[in-house]
Amino acid sequence: MRSRRRLRRELSALPGLQKVRIAVLGGSTTNELVDLWELLLLASGFEPTFHQSEYGLFYEEAVHNTQALAAFRPDIVYICTSYRNVQNLPPIGVTDSGFRSAVANELDRYRQIWTSLSAALPCQIIQNNFELPPYRPLGNLESSSSSGAGRFFLALNTAFAAEARQNPRLLLHDLFALAAYKGGEDWFDFGRWFGYKLLYTIRANYEIAHSLNAMVLAIYGRSRKVLVLDLDNTCWGGVIGDDGVDRIQIGREHPEAEAFTAFQEYCLRLRDRGVLLAVCSKNEDAVARQGFEHPDSVLKLEHFSSFKANWNPKHENLQAIAAELQLGLDSFVFVDDNPAERAIVSAQLPEVAVPDVGSDVVLFPSIIDDQRYFEPVTLSAEDVSRASLYAQNAERAAGQALFADYGEYLDSLEMRAEIAKFQSLYLERITQLINKTNQFNLTTRRYTQAEIESAATDPDYLGLYGRLLDRFGDNGLVSVILVHRIDREMHIDLWLMSCRVLKRDMEFAMLDSLVDHARRMGVDTLHGTYIPTKKNSMVADHYSKLGFTKHNSVEGETETHWTLDITQYTPQNLHISLLETVHA
Amino acid sequence: MPDRLAELQPIFRDILDQPNLVLTRESNARNVANWDSLSHIELVTSIREHYNIKFALGELRELENVGDMIDLIEEKLARNAARNA
Repeated sequence: MRSRRRLRRELSALPGLQKVRIAVLGGSTTNELVDLWELLLLASGFEPTFHQSEYGLFYEEAVHNTQALAAFRPDIVYICTSYRNVQNLPPIGVTDSGFRSAVANELDRYRQIWTSLSAALPCQIIQNNFELPPYRPLGNLESSSSSGAGRFFLALNTAFAAEARQNPRLLLHDLFALAAYKGGEDWFDFGRWFGYKLLYTIRANYEIAHSLNAMVLAIYGRSRKVLVLDLDNTCWGGVIGDDGVDRIQIGREHPEAEAFTAFQEYCLRLRDRGVLLAVCSKNEDAVARQGFEHPDSVLKLEHFSSFKANWNPKHENLQAIAAELQLGLDSFVFVDDNPAERAIVSAQLPEVAVPDVGSDVVLFPSIIDDQRYFEPVTLSAEDVSRASLYAQNAERAAGQALFADYGEYLDSLEMRAEIAKFQSLYLERITQLINKTNQFNLTTRRYTQAEIESAATDPDYLGLYGRLLDRFGDNGLVSVILVHRIDREMHIDLWLMSCRVLKRDMEFAMLDSLVDHARRMGVDTLHGTYIPTKKNSMVADHYSKLGFTKHNSVEGETETHWTLDITQYTPQNLHISLLETVHA
Repeated sequence: MPDRLAELQPIFRDILDQPNLVLTRESNARNVANWDSLSHIELVTSIREHYNIKFALGELRELENVGDMIDLIEEKLARNAARNA
């Protein structure tokens, strides 16, 4: 708030802003609200011009001074009224018919406003409904008695809603709901009300501005239209490629499963009202699709308008989805539990909305909902050309800096790895990773913890683990290599990695380290084997990428064999710095 | 005692959009540009948030200049400190 003048200057300088003229007719001082709203509109690509009524004169300006308002030529007139502006509150002891006429009288006052505006101006009208007053002298009777202010405002809101349903020029701004779920005790500021006729706290004004901003975007057809979802730990708990469809968490059996189900239900509700759903996930396509065939999955394959499960970078898949749906990326919202994926998408495709949903699915619906991305309003305006707006957005997006290449992105992650010999501290995690990793796993050999322990002490065996940290935090122990030596040759029995750090060049760092150890053991050749399974096709060319040479395969054998001469080897990892480790 | 003028100066500079403003105890709405009634509300609100203090109705009406405001802030902070002690 403090730097808003500077912010406004900076934002106003952006090219391609859409002009919009907004008249605010206030029942209280609206300057702070308008300042905040203006910043949000600027950040959304609008260049607003505001006219504000004298405080409290909303009725007079709309009904008696319409010509002056018309001279301002507003596209939108916002009537910012509150429970404080009501004149016909039913007196204590009023009869039921007295109550009804109080509601009718108050409604009539607002009808005059709407009728007068509609007749004089070709504008969209946004009207607040009413939040409940903060004092309840009738206690719980407030909402049931004819004398109750609570009941009065609920009845008035119902009457406003009926008007809005019939009048396409009239849009209701649901202040009642906003105050109910965002307000609490930090909504009204009576010190500022009595001092400056400013009714709300700054935070409340921000919430109102944010909500109004979503409505303006909707009026101009710029609400978002596509919700793109990651799969593992976003649509269900667990990693389907590793755990298998039977073990993912979805349904009602566990608290986690219920939370994922609730998120799916939220997505389905959006889809039912017209938001397109799409999948963008690093997975094998066939395996990924099984997740939605799970009997407890609320979302089914037919709910998705586009489905990209492969190993390509996500920003490329999002572009492919946009091309397929013939929609601009500025209508996309991308939800992924992985902060690194979110970072690359928002850096590469700044027009895609990437909410910081964190990694707790319990919070996903409210975080997405709070952003008001998909605000629906029937597009009434005879005046708005969508196509030109899209073009302007594209221009703005092109002006923003992208990563020059993938390497620059990797560098931006500030990755650090700890790669060292097996330590007793980590044996349990190593065993766990060995026994549950199915996708990035060259041989899919399983070992017990006892076997790992004995390998760790055998001088002819070498086990390496890799732990990867980046600027988003510690990814934990994510990679394991187990080898055994015969004279000057080293055989790689096991090489695996968690899919969460795919395409981070961690395998290069692991190989560099392996070569280092091997040389010190007097080894000059590495032997690798790839044993194909249903799930590990992603590593079919693992050794080829690392520079190994393939051997002629034996007739009828599906496994492939590879060797690497390490006497001439030069390190390949460029993007991960190595941490010093304390050897146990 | 902390230099309140130095603490207030960036707040005033931001809100009044005057990056080179030098605040003194004698500064007031008449001798500082852009200090109108609306910026005044913003100044009061920001000061309230910055120091986590509340002004009672009427307390602000008697203030003549920034010096008076600083004295009032000191008084409020001392009262908060006594309450928390």
